[in-house]
Amino acid sequence: MGFLDTLLGRTKPVQPKLDDLFALPSAAITLEAGSTFKPTGSGSVCFRQVEGRSFSDVQKEVEDLLDMSSGKEGGLPVEVTKDTYGFTWLVSSHMSDQLDALVTDLHAVNSSLVDAGFGPQLLCTLVAFRDDQERRLALIYLYKRGTFYPFAPLDGERRNNALELEIKTTIGDDLKWEQDLTRWFPVWGAPGL
Amino acid sequence: MAARTRYAPDRGLTARMTATMFLLGLVFVGFIAAIIGIGAATHASDAAIVLFAIVLGGGFAIGSLFYSDKIALSTARAVEVSPNDGERARYLHGIVDRVCALADMPKPRVAIAPSPIPNAFATGRNADKAVLCVTDSIMNKLEPEELEGVIAHELSHVAHKDVQVMTIASFLAIIAALLIRISFYGELFGGGGRGRGGNNNGGGAYIFFILMAVSIVVYAISFLLIRLLSRYRELAADRSGALLTGQPSALKSALIKVTGDMAKIPTRDLRTAEPLNAFFFAPAMHLSAPGGGKSLSAIFSTHPSLERRLAELDKVQRQLSQGR
Repeated sequence: MGFLDTLLGRTKPVQPKLDDLFALPSAAITLEAGSTFKPTGSGSVCFRQVEGRSFSDVQKEVEDLLDMSSGKEGGLPVEVTKDTYGFTWLVSSHMSDQLDALVTDLHAVNSSLVDAGFGPQLLCTLVAFRDDQERRLALIYLYKRGTFYPFAPLDGERRNNALELEIKTTIGDDLKWEQDLTRWFPVWGAPGL
Repeated sequence: MAARTRYAPDRGLTARMTATMFLLGLVFVGFIAAIIGIGAATHASDAAIVLFAIVLGGGFAIGSLFYSDKIALSTARAVEVSPNDGERARYLHGIVDRVCALADMPKPRVAIAPSPIPNAFATGRNADKAVLCVTDSIMNKLEPEELEGVIAHELSHVAHKDVQVMTIASFLAIIAALLIRISFYGELFGGGGRGRGGNNNGGGAYIFFILMAVSIVVYAISFLLIRLLSRYRELAADRSGALLTGQPSALKSALIKVTGDMAKIPTRDLRTAEPLNAFFFAPAMHLSAPGGGKSLSAIFSTHPSLERRLAELDKVQRQLSQGR
């Protein structure tokens, strides 16, 4: 934000960075090689709903689009849920080996919102993983930063920080990690996790 | 591009804020010119008094800038909380986390103040040192979306560096106020006691009088301009906050709930909240006299009227729902 914008109090909402999302499939392969974590095939996009007709039209369009793409290969229809903070999650489910298709779906949501001018409303995208001990893990992409961070929830709203740091090292340079640990915010009960 | 028009800045507000700051600068320049004029007409010892006031005033301003977070938190008797400090703290942190991620700004420290006044403020000299404080009654009163709107408003203050801007804007008023006081005592004691050799004592008292008159005028004008600037910055924060969350209506209903309640709060509690007024979400002190004093209170208040704020948020709402 420029000096003049600060002085005049006109912050503009930040536009999202979308490209780095496509690093996910190769990172998943690295993760599978270095641990027993596998993608569950489900992922979700979280965004802040804007009031008014214009946004609900766009949201409907996105849902139709995803339903069409999932209908083809026996996939499940897209699920829409609202969390306790008022954010909307679109959950897309695929077969566990179709991570490419999932990422393409997620990207379709992003680009539709961005094209309609609602890019600043995108919060994060989440792709779920599970290992052979049924431990849960999510790789979360922060749109505004263009960075990833791991989130490993335990029962009772605690998180497994050790596992998160271990995953970060396992995947290594395949993903652009969020270096500021204060931004690794938890998403308890996120749909699709 | 669609994205650009949807989040276009409010030109009217920008123009008015620029004009206010320009006037404030003009008063500052005029004040300095007057002081130099007075200094040139008299001997150096009176100019030293002005220098003393500037150094003292600058010290006050820098001190309040650096300790704004500590002063504000202790005045509000607020306690900083971490996400692990119970259900309410976790809920509050959850909202702040999300708003910060949307806005791409560092997360401020979060505090809760025990107070029957539903309110919130953010302070600290920059985004890294910022602290966000809400009262426990505002958490009870507002729905999650409304509280999110309030927090987005407060974080917009942080993003706009309002603490810095208002401190610099107030610098002039602080110096003028100090000079009024100094020249008042100068007039009382300086006239008789300090005469030495051939200096004409009557002239010294005369200079003090002029200095005091100029300072009073400058103080009055800059006070009004600072209040005006503060009101514009509130509108700017409302606007940025509503654009950020995409929910201007939630912010509107929060404003109605909070200001509606504030009017009913007894004065005794309000007086303790007064020093923090400029940083609050809604003003904790109402100047409006029953009956006539409405336009006067509008000039002196740190926050725009509820009607004005709601009207400005209507604009944001129309802007967000416009077609592609």
